[in-house]
Amino acid sequence: MKKPLDCPELNADTWNSGDSLHIVNISRRTFLKDLALTGFVLAAGFPALIRADETAMPSEKEKYGADAMPHGWVDNPLVFVAIAGDGTVTIICHRSEMGQGIRTSLPMVVADELEANWLHVRVEQAPGDERRYGNQDTDGSRSMRHFFMPMRRVGAAARTMLESAAAAQWQVPIEEVHAEQHQILHPATGRTLGYGELAEAAAKLPVPARESLRLKNPADFRYIGKGSLRIYDGQDIVTGLAQYGIDTRLEDMLYAVVARPPVFGGKVLSYDARDALKVPGVVKVIELPSSPPPADFNPLGGIAVIARNTWAAIQGRKALKIEWDKGPHGNYDSVAYKAELEAAARKPGKVVRNDGDIDAALQGAVKRVAAEYYAPHLAQAPMEPPAATARIVNGVCEIWTCTQAPQVSRERVAKWLKLPEDKVTVHVTLLGGGFGRKSKPDYVIEAALLSQAMNGRPVKLTWTREDDLHHSYFHTVSVERLEAGLDTQGKPVAWLHRTVAPTISSTFAPDSKHQMPTELGMGVINVPFAIANLRIENPEAEAHTRIGWFRSVSNIPHAFAIQSFVAELAAASGRDPKDFLLDLIGSPRHIDPRTLGDTWNQGESPEIYPVDTGRLRRVIEAVSREANWGRVLPNGRGLGLAAHYSFVTYVAVVVEVTVDEHGKLSIPRIDIAVDCGPQVNPERIRSQLEGACIMGVSLATLGEISFKEGAVIQDNFHTYQLTRMDDAPREIRIHLLSTTEFDIPLGGVGEPGLPPIAPALCNAIFAATGQRIRQLPIRDQLRKD
Amino acid sequence: MITLNINGKPRQIDLSTDTPLLWVLRDHLGLTGTKFGCGISLCGACTVHLDGEPTRACVTPISTAVGKKIVTIEAINQDATGQRVQEAWLALRVPQCGYCQSGQIMAATALLKQNPKPTDTDIDTAMSGNICRCGTYCRIRAAIKQVAGLTEVRP
Ligand code: FES
Ligand code: FES
Repeated sequence: MKKPLDCPELNADTWNSGDSLHIVNISRRTFLKDLALTGFVLAAGFPALIRADETAMPSEKEKYGADAMPHGWVDNPLVFVAIAGDGTVTIICHRSEMGQGIRTSLPMVVADELEANWLHVRVEQAPGDERRYGNQDTDGSRSMRHFFMPMRRVGAAARTMLESAAAAQWQVPIEEVHAEQHQILHPATGRTLGYGELAEAAAKLPVPARESLRLKNPADFRYIGKGSLRIYDGQDIVTGLAQYGIDTRLEDMLYAVVARPPVFGGKVLSYDARDALKVPGVVKVIELPSSPPPADFNPLGGIAVIARNTWAAIQGRKALKIEWDKGPHGNYDSVAYKAELEAAARKPGKVVRNDGDIDAALQGAVKRVAAEYYAPHLAQAPMEPPAATARIVNGVCEIWTCTQAPQVSRERVAKWLKLPEDKVTVHVTLLGGGFGRKSKPDYVIEAALLSQAMNGRPVKLTWTREDDLHHSYFHTVSVERLEAGLDTQGKPVAWLHRTVAPTISSTFAPDSKHQMPTELGMGVINVPFAIANLRIENPEAEAHTRIGWFRSVSNIPHAFAIQSFVAELAAASGRDPKDFLLDLIGSPRHIDPRTLGDTWNQGESPEIYPVDTGRLRRVIEAVSREANWGRVLPNGRGLGLAAHYSFVTYVAVVVEVTVDEHGKLSIPRIDIAVDCGPQVNPERIRSQLEGACIMGVSLATLGEISFKEGAVIQDNFHTYQLTRMDDAPREIRIHLLSTTEFDIPLGGVGEPGLPPIAPALCNAIFAATGQRIRQLPIRDQLRKD
Repeated sequence: MITLNINGKPRQIDLSTDTPLLWVLRDHLGLTGTKFGCGISLCGACTVHLDGEPTRACVTPISTAVGKKIVTIEAINQDATGQRVQEAWLALRVPQCGYCQSGQIMAATALLKQNPKPTDTDIDTAMSGNICRCGTYCRIRAAIKQVAGLTEVRP
């Protein structure tokens, strides 16, 4: 192990151990603060909080799931529930809402176990404080997977306290009473007490032991599994009242935009602010220092313009004259880089999995097939660009922002402002989309620094769309080279996959040139095919920009390449792609991911979450049936299939396309079958999958960020195009594999729908036209004029 | 000083007249329901009605809005069609993150007021200026059809 990087203050310490990067949480001890719930009866008087990391987390054995996340989980009802005298139940949501519906779905779980009537529930958003709430990093399709059970226990514990209070008041055994829709009933005497009436007495009772809790029988769920509730924030959204990060308004607030170095690693050489200061409304121009590597979540530096409104700040920025030093990445060029990746993919690289004897098997094969696939950088481009507002009063910094990482934001701001962490509060607003961009709080730190520079005056920092596209933490760019050997029956006997892509770890340790276990574990190393001779290699790739998480991350290029290649092999052996894929997956079986070389397994226990090829087969069979796979279509129309396992969820997709005589592509229909285990809020699961289908079409047909002379070429939505309604799939049919069980492990939902869309689409194009797409985006590759 | 008629009320604005309406609404009047998405008329997040016409506030200098009736998302419920659009949006649970939905609702309301029974092509034409990164297009189409009293036809 090499020495830790120089970031001892940070929560997630990062270091290089051999070739793979590990991010390990080191939690620090600070005093708990009672926040947010003053005035509510149930929360009063119980400062002794149960903390997962002290009472429940296994300390000796390997940690998985929520246990392995920074600050784990908390299931104390006093942290998450407050009941007022009028019966209003307030439930805290500690995960960020970015469109996945978590402010509806998680509080709904609490409300169900609590037997609260949803009409009397209000949801309050937790500020960043993981010691109090447990992990808040809203990413990795984890919120429901990790907090379904803790939130059930929160609700059940609060319900038990109300039942105990009622039983005590009536002087009857607790077994004789039960909760039903905001009341405790005593059926023997017909007496009832409302939650509001019981709140004060209940608050004086001890929190029941976790082991003693009686969770509901799933048959008795009112909300869980039903999908019947409206979106909690829906009314505010349709009336324009919903508050996103960009909407914050404070008294005496100023508005800022920043001109950042166009090239990553660059800095300001000199600047002239005279014209900018002449723009009406401009108040001040401030230089922000650039940060040395690693990129981490540090601001990029540059010149900030502070003004009386956003428009004046933007105009002021246009009037700045800045000379930039491009730094070491001034030659980054996407065309040249693609050639570099291809060259690397054509030579042997670091072996990350090696089964059987690939060389002999390739030698002995009757037929060899090889193909290379390219997938470019992408920007998350949430509709709400990054934005944050900060103010500092008497050494206390308050931030309002759209962040997927409230605790990390808080820690980083504290470090940059040299304040103790308990002097920094991060209020989490709604997020106008996140997709991984808002997991990186560089913009939050910028806002804090600007407020500091203005003596603590409130400053709202807005990123324009140009800023967002130029300075994202970009999805990686990759070349995937696959080669297979087929036997006389056309059955693959050898599989060689070289995956080359700059790694996210380079953002934290710039010298990293190999994909991390978390990236390889996204469908490439853990490919569940029954092939005896299989080798996965990962040649080096150097990063020249900030690489970061994008919804479903490395699953995008991996699934694109693998599922396209499988269809190419099927064609080469003259077989139906679906039958061929099922044969490749082989019999239904549970595979220990460690036997595939996957030490990560999405952070989940290999025992609880093995790779289940039976489930993968089932989604393929379900989607084929629903999409009527095999139906005969006229020329220019075709069906394409792809399946992918990610975020411990199994997904298969059939895309139907039409390609007209000019090469114009349209998508009349997508069928998507999903096995994500228990479906807590099927309605929001469906909406996530609909969104994944459209984002998948968007990135496959149009999505590309490219660099020239170190800088991003794309400026705004004319050059970084996103799918619009006229080109979107006309119909999306979601097929959730039914389950009524709730004690089997949950899978992720937000991300796993995305990876199989691009390959299914390209396979459909092949079926329709015979043309094979190996480079994303498709853009005008089909055009015939 | 100029006067703008916003949501039925006169508002005095003391800013240079080339300031886009978007920033006047958001920064000066606190009407933050109208969103910023691109700033150059590419995404529709900032759509408002000017005399009933769907208009991109980000590229509309306030000088050109003088004397016109400006309606924003905050007041669209005062219009019967607008209210039905909002109700359909809630019933079909159209929003995901919701950020684009102010603009979508303004565009859909304008469409339905001018064309109460739009075809799919009409819907495409009216709505394709509004980007939704979350991908709610199928539900937007379904909600427009619900307001129009048309049922979705499945092939
Ligand atoms: S912000 Fe006006 S169209 Fe995008
Ligand atoms: S709902 Fe998120 S951008 Fe449309």
